[in-house]
Amino acid sequence: MNNKIIVDHLFLNYSDGTESLKDINLFIPEHAITVLFGPAGGGKSSLLRVINRLNELADVVFLSGKVLLDGENILDPKIDINQLRRRIGMVFARPVVLPMSIRSNLTYGLEIAGVKEKSLFDEAIERSLKQAALWEEVKDRLDDPAVALSGGQQQRLCLARSLALQPEVILLDEPTSGLDPISTGKVESSLQELKLLYTIILVPHSIQQAARVADYAAFFLQGELVEYAPGKDIFTKPQDKRAEDYIEGRFG
Amino acid sequence: MNKSNSSTRLAYQKIGYGFLTVMAFLTVIPIVLVLLYILKQGLPAISWEFLTGFPSDGMKAGGILPAIVGTIYLTIGTAIFAVPLGIGAAIYLSEYAGDNKLTRAIRISIINLAGIPSVVYGLFGLGLFVIFMKFGTSILAGSLTLGIMTIPVIISTAEEALRSVPQSFRIVSISLGATRWQTIRRIVLPQAVSGILTGVILGLERAAGETAPILFTAAAFFLPRLPTSPFDATMALPYHLFVISTQVPGMPIEIQYGTALVLIFFVLTMNIFATVIRSRARARRQW
Repeated sequence: MNNKIIVDHLFLNYSDGTESLKDINLFIPEHAITVLFGPAGGGKSSLLRVINRLNELADVVFLSGKVLLDGENILDPKIDINQLRRRIGMVFARPVVLPMSIRSNLTYGLEIAGVKEKSLFDEAIERSLKQAALWEEVKDRLDDPAVALSGGQQQRLCLARSLALQPEVILLDEPTSGLDPISTGKVESSLQELKLLYTIILVPHSIQQAARVADYAAFFLQGELVEYAPGKDIFTKPQDKRAEDYIEGRFG
Repeated sequence: MNKSNSSTRLAYQKIGYGFLTVMAFLTVIPIVLVLLYILKQGLPAISWEFLTGFPSDGMKAGGILPAIVGTIYLTIGTAIFAVPLGIGAAIYLSEYAGDNKLTRAIRISIINLAGIPSVVYGLFGLGLFVIFMKFGTSILAGSLTLGIMTIPVIISTAEEALRSVPQSFRIVSISLGATRWQTIRRIVLPQAVSGILTGVILGLERAAGETAPILFTAAAFFLPRLPTSPFDATMALPYHLFVISTQVPGMPIEIQYGTALVLIFFVLTMNIFATVIRSRARARRQW
């Protein structure tokens, strides 16, 4: 299996000292769900935000190492960062729909990218909504304001909004933390289909979710990558004592 | 806690509420009194000739058209200078500037600019625009002076409106591949525009009613014709009111109050316009 992303000796520090990453090395395979899990403050979200360089909006004082996307170092200052963010979609913990219609939420990224053909918009809307398991619920009211949707629908709209750009990688930062079990189930089952098309990196909101969806799982503790293994191994027979203690609920 | 103690507290609380309610209503009294008094004294003077005629008989008769037109010109002139500059500065401060010595210096300047007495602006405008830049006593010099005075008001209200747009909208937009400017233009500004407009109108309204800044820079005691170029001096409502209230002996009182009524109507209309924009935008807001 191809490695879509390679994280190579990555170090990161924030000026307020909250979270950091210490010498992270990680291979993220294509067409699989890679889960980054561990207790809060471990660096999972920071790593996610390095991959689409959203961390630049925060106060990062130190960053070194490489993150290779198809062999190209995305931390290179010369890279087209807006193009990069179109290739790497992101879904946040709380659903943030833009203050516009459902349709405009989905076409926003395409319009920004300079797409003008209306047929492409319609095609992207239907495809992305179907992929996010939302099409049936909203197909007759695409011009309604997106805030009128329920929380679970909003989060699936956020997922669809990323998918409309046909990214190569999707980053999900606790995407179901505010959702009810039914909506969570819908998101998780769409992820299983989406991984056939995309590379998925997920920070789960619980260890149970990690175990349910992970093809590969990386355990982070205080900025260090402690253990990285296929999901079927790490949750049943973790090698590291700290990973074992966390998975079995002895701390966290 | 025993029963009598809690009922005493309840009584205190009621007294407190009552007191605060009275205070709130007291604030309404001055504005109502001012409006009623000016309406009562000034309304008899209002007529078509008063609004469309020139002053005559040493200001003691005739109309106030040149003062009305002059105030409109000065307000437009102020808007031309202050609105782009104020909004531009607000966008920079809210969206681009970090927290460093330079931006802190800019913020302190803005706060202090807002605190300078208006007559000082007038004197400054006289020195810089009228004399040094040789604009003379003119609409241009007056508009620039009023513009400088209005900029801090526009900057602070516009910046507040921009900051009230949730940060998460910006992050989402950027995560979808938008540049900062695309994010500002397509997400932030449309959400902030009503707040910005409100600030603009409130700032201009203050400028329209000011006397001191135009005293030395734009205002004429009396002009037999309307100004035709930005380099002409002009009459203006607040200055005209000052003139006819202090400089003309034997002035009929209803002309004074009629002028005040027109000025208040002008300012109040802008104020109501601002309120309508704000409440309509609030009803439309989706967060």
